[in-house]
Amino acid sequence: MSYTFWIILTGCLVGLTCGIAGSLLVLRKMSMIADAISHTVLLGIVGAFFVTQSLNGIPMLIGAAVVGLLTAYLVELLSNSGVQSDASIGVVFTSLFALGVVLISFIGDQVHLDTKHALMGEIAFVPWDTLQINGESYGPVAVWMLGFSLLFNILLITLFYKQIKMSTFDPQFAALVGIPLTFIHYLLMTMVSFSTVASFNSVGAILVVAMLIVPGATAYLLSDRFLHVIILSGAVGVLSALLGYLCASFFNVSIAGSMATMTGVLFSLAFLFSPKHGIVFKKINSGYEAIKVK
Amino acid sequence: MVDFISSLLGSANFRWVLTGSLLLGFASGMIGSFVLLKKQSLISDAMAHAALPGVCIGFMIFQEKSLPVLLIGAALTSLIATHLIQLIVNHSRIKSDAAIGIIISVFFGFGIVLLTFIQQNFTSNQAGLDSFIFGQAASLIRSDVQLIAVSSIILVFISTLCFKEFKISIFDPSFAKNIGINVKFFNGLLLALVVGIVVIGIQMVGVVLIASLLITPALAARYWTDNLSVMAWLGGIFGSISGMTGAISSTMIGDLPTGPMIVLSASVIFFISLLLGKSKGLVTKAVKVR
Repeated sequence: MSYTFWIILTGCLVGLTCGIAGSLLVLRKMSMIADAISHTVLLGIVGAFFVTQSLNGIPMLIGAAVVGLLTAYLVELLSNSGVQSDASIGVVFTSLFALGVVLISFIGDQVHLDTKHALMGEIAFVPWDTLQINGESYGPVAVWMLGFSLLFNILLITLFYKQIKMSTFDPQFAALVGIPLTFIHYLLMTMVSFSTVASFNSVGAILVVAMLIVPGATAYLLSDRFLHVIILSGAVGVLSALLGYLCASFFNVSIAGSMATMTGVLFSLAFLFSPKHGIVFKKINSGYEAIKVK
Repeated sequence: MVDFISSLLGSANFRWVLTGSLLLGFASGMIGSFVLLKKQSLISDAMAHAALPGVCIGFMIFQEKSLPVLLIGAALTSLIATHLIQLIVNHSRIKSDAAIGIIISVFFGFGIVLLTFIQQNFTSNQAGLDSFIFGQAASLIRSDVQLIAVSSIILVFISTLCFKEFKISIFDPSFAKNIGINVKFFNGLLLALVVGIVVIGIQMVGVVLIASLLITPALAARYWTDNLSVMAWLGGIFGSISGMTGAISSTMIGDLPTGPMIVLSASVIFFISLLLGKSKGLVTKAVKVR
């Protein structure tokens, strides 16, 4: 398999995994939690490194899931004690992220983990970090981790589809019919943490935020149906990854950065030209209506 | 240790950095109090992230790393970012938190693209542009710090001057209109003050974490008082303590980035306030219940 193929595959898997998980967050109006978690998993990764002294896949996933859930829990705790939710998100994620950054500078040069890497990722190095079992190479570790968390997301969404849908659109009714809202909430947080950490190493925090929030919002402008929004969101994520890679190799710039930019381009297109919710068609429709009234 | 600190204080450059971080912290803690009560904490985070492409564009147009040029670019893009957030919220069914998230990630991603573009195509003195991401107090030269110090004083001066107007237009906009205060103007002015903090703070704290300097000290102050003017001053004091501690610790221990250290100091102050705060602290409440 060629070098370019692995990079494009990684990008597409990030788009798909984060797009699917993120659309649920956008629908539940929790986008900024995604922003917070994708910053704080850095602390989980650094913590896992301090415990195991290696940058291994499984401890990293566990560390990230723990810190991700901790973030969600602390934000809840502060909000419930009377702090406005946006300020509590702001305090929690900046504190944990700053702690992660400071701890990284204690690690020094012995491992490939630094602050720049954490923000921007190094997708260009993904193909070289392969999974080795008994001396045989089974493809890049990042692809395995992303594939695993994609399956995890799809599995959870299929298993709890009804519960997630109901608790998203009508939490009060869902509580009445006995759906455990807290459980569903933390289930989603676990999904987000896994998707984040699997993507984090290759594309960095900022692209993770972009892939979690922007495709979901784009899909939400394009469709009104729950399942369609989830599928469209994954598709938009993949499309942004492909277009972003093309631009990056054309201008020779950061791959993660241009994928994030592309999610923005696709969002603006949907914002302007979506058949139902885009402002251009809204304007045209209201124009027709004005004529009709006359 | 004491010798080391006194030798640090003897260096003129370090004294300037200390003064700069103190004044910057004070201004941001004070202005952050208004931002917090206006529930705009996360918008300030978006404005901070959006400053990165502005810095890069400023450098690409003028091809030199002079601070005023970069800062004007930063101010422009962060203003554009706030307007885009408003546009998205007003003209689609996307809620404000998703809109903020979109702007944060897309603008910052674009900033990274420009940063790598500059590194490829501009060979002359572009090094150090990426210190805008996490901040590097050590990279500040004396004129930079003077700019930070003077601007902070101006920002504090404006916010004390318009204190009453801010207070009324935040708490009771309709009453403010009745007594002839131009609420729209003061909302815009507050926005301009936030842009000011972001712009002068990014070199020391970095775009990623500067917003926390607006949020955390003010929120910590909220645990001690219900009075806005006390809160603003207390927020200022907390901010300047965090600024100073961060600057000192990052200079003393080599390689520690300044921004995250400042933010961590602010978080420690917040944590203490959360537990022991006079009006809302958790421990204080528990004792009162007994």
